[in-house]
Amino acid sequence: MKVLVAVKRVIDYNVKIRVKADHSDVDLTNVKMAMNPFCEIAVEEAVRLKEKGVATEVVAVTVGPKAAQEQLRTALALGADRAIHIETDERAESLAVAKLLAKVVDEEQPGMVILGKQAIDTDNNQTGQMLAALTNLPQGTFASEVAVDGDKIHVTREIDGGLQTIALTLPAIVTTDLRLNEPRYAKLPDIMKAKKKPMDVKTPADYGVEVASKVSLVKVESPAERKGGIKVASVDELIDKLKNEAKVL
Amino acid sequence: MSILVLADLHEGQLAGATAHVVAAAKAIGGDIDVLVAGEGVKAAAEAAAKLDGVSKVRVADNAVYAHQLAEPMGALLVELVDGYTHVLASASTTGKNVLPRLAALKDVSQLSDVLAVDSADTFKRPIYAGNAIATVKSDDALKVITVRTTGFDAVGDGGSAPIEAVDTVVDNAQSSFVKQELAESDRPELGGAKVVISGGRGMGNGENFKLLDGIADKLGAAIGASRAAVDAGFVPNDMQVGQTGKIVAPDLYIAVGISGAIQHLAGMKDSKVIVAINKDDEAPIFQVADYGLVGDLFEILPELESKL
Repeated sequence: MKVLVAVKRVIDYNVKIRVKADHSDVDLTNVKMAMNPFCEIAVEEAVRLKEKGVATEVVAVTVGPKAAQEQLRTALALGADRAIHIETDERAESLAVAKLLAKVVDEEQPGMVILGKQAIDTDNNQTGQMLAALTNLPQGTFASEVAVDGDKIHVTREIDGGLQTIALTLPAIVTTDLRLNEPRYAKLPDIMKAKKKPMDVKTPADYGVEVASKVSLVKVESPAERKGGIKVASVDELIDKLKNEAKVL
Repeated sequence: MSILVLADLHEGQLAGATAHVVAAAKAIGGDIDVLVAGEGVKAAAEAAAKLDGVSKVRVADNAVYAHQLAEPMGALLVELVDGYTHVLASASTTGKNVLPRLAALKDVSQLSDVLAVDSADTFKRPIYAGNAIATVKSDDALKVITVRTTGFDAVGDGGSAPIEAVDTVVDNAQSSFVKQELAESDRPELGGAKVVISGGRGMGNGENFKLLDGIADKLGAAIGASRAAVDAGFVPNDMQVGQTGKIVAPDLYIAVGISGAIQHLAGMKDSKVIVAINKDDEAPIFQVADYGLVGDLFEILPELESKL
């Protein structure tokens, strides 16, 4: 079967972000960008499914500015066969992305779609679920293990109290949790080869999808700073401070 | 304003998170109905009816809603939301699984992990692992919201809302429950504990986490962990505190052998008092800790336990 994998270009997870002085948003000028870590896990899982002979073709897709093609090239270097870039400079919310991906699902008819569980910039954790709703497919979210079994897939999910395993009919939508796998690094020859792999560039208008959303960003602020603490010299002093100063014991 | 709150269940019983979500609904204002959906949920519905501020409890008790799988829950909610202006659930793994499905089916956006209510259409939510707080305004006719429970104090008991049965039964041929493995614990639940003590990579191995047991027992604390400790296999992943694990805001958070990466801080930096025990006095955790103790945790932990 064909596997579709969605990736997002986000700020590198090690970067300490800055809020713009006018509080309009986070400042992303001259900041290192990368593939969202959960998307890396999604690509890795798709490639492993191909290596196992379960997937016949892996198609990577992204919605975002022109620069997001870097992340598609990364996915291609990791083992995806071809890529689709839906180019937009607008801030695409989860619902718009899900609508665009639903059109791609319609066109490509994959047996499975793998996404990350959340993007580390907006921290929404919505797109996979929304895509499942729009395509009327079942969803296996926060997956830490997937096993294809004929026309079904068993997904072990990380839930609050532990782990839950569900069975879904294929085609299905899966979102990855951190422990699903350990993503590989792209090798230099593969990075070179990836430059020759096909990439379709489309726009939201090609799919007839309106990117604008009814949710607007009013302002962005830094969280309240914690007051600088003190270092104590001994366990006795620590207990004394917790009892008498902080009054939490 | 008319608000539907999806109740959180834990093994068929009403989970503590629901009282926090009702508090968020009260901050929005208006009538608050609670939906309890599951199988064998009579006791949970009765508990929900007692929550202060609840106008009505709606109960969908059917095998198809057992384990609150996303597909039947989404279909049920779509049937029930007409007439409501807001649908709220906690940002638990169930709320996060089900609500975006509802939002897309209703062609509206969702606001995730809301930690404060400015008005009925304007809310605050954390972005970039809690390193920025966004104020967002939704002009959608239906506001679909998951609530960060640590942002709202739980409502108490004292209500006596009527309970009404929901007869809607949906089909579900797409998904089925196979099994679950829940971690056994006698300690308070991590998300709701007043005191949390967490271990990181510095603990060395899983066996050493026992050093935290005695202290946790004396303080009535829940035990958490950093991702490094989970990935190293020291403890199960449901103990993870951070951007990708649980978000906690206890009165006292004790971080032991945890360096304090951005992703870990995202899960605990709203704690009232933070204590860090670490042998590296340059560790970033000391920048957020109210009280830091530099030293070897293998000496400090037994001493702390004996002196508490």
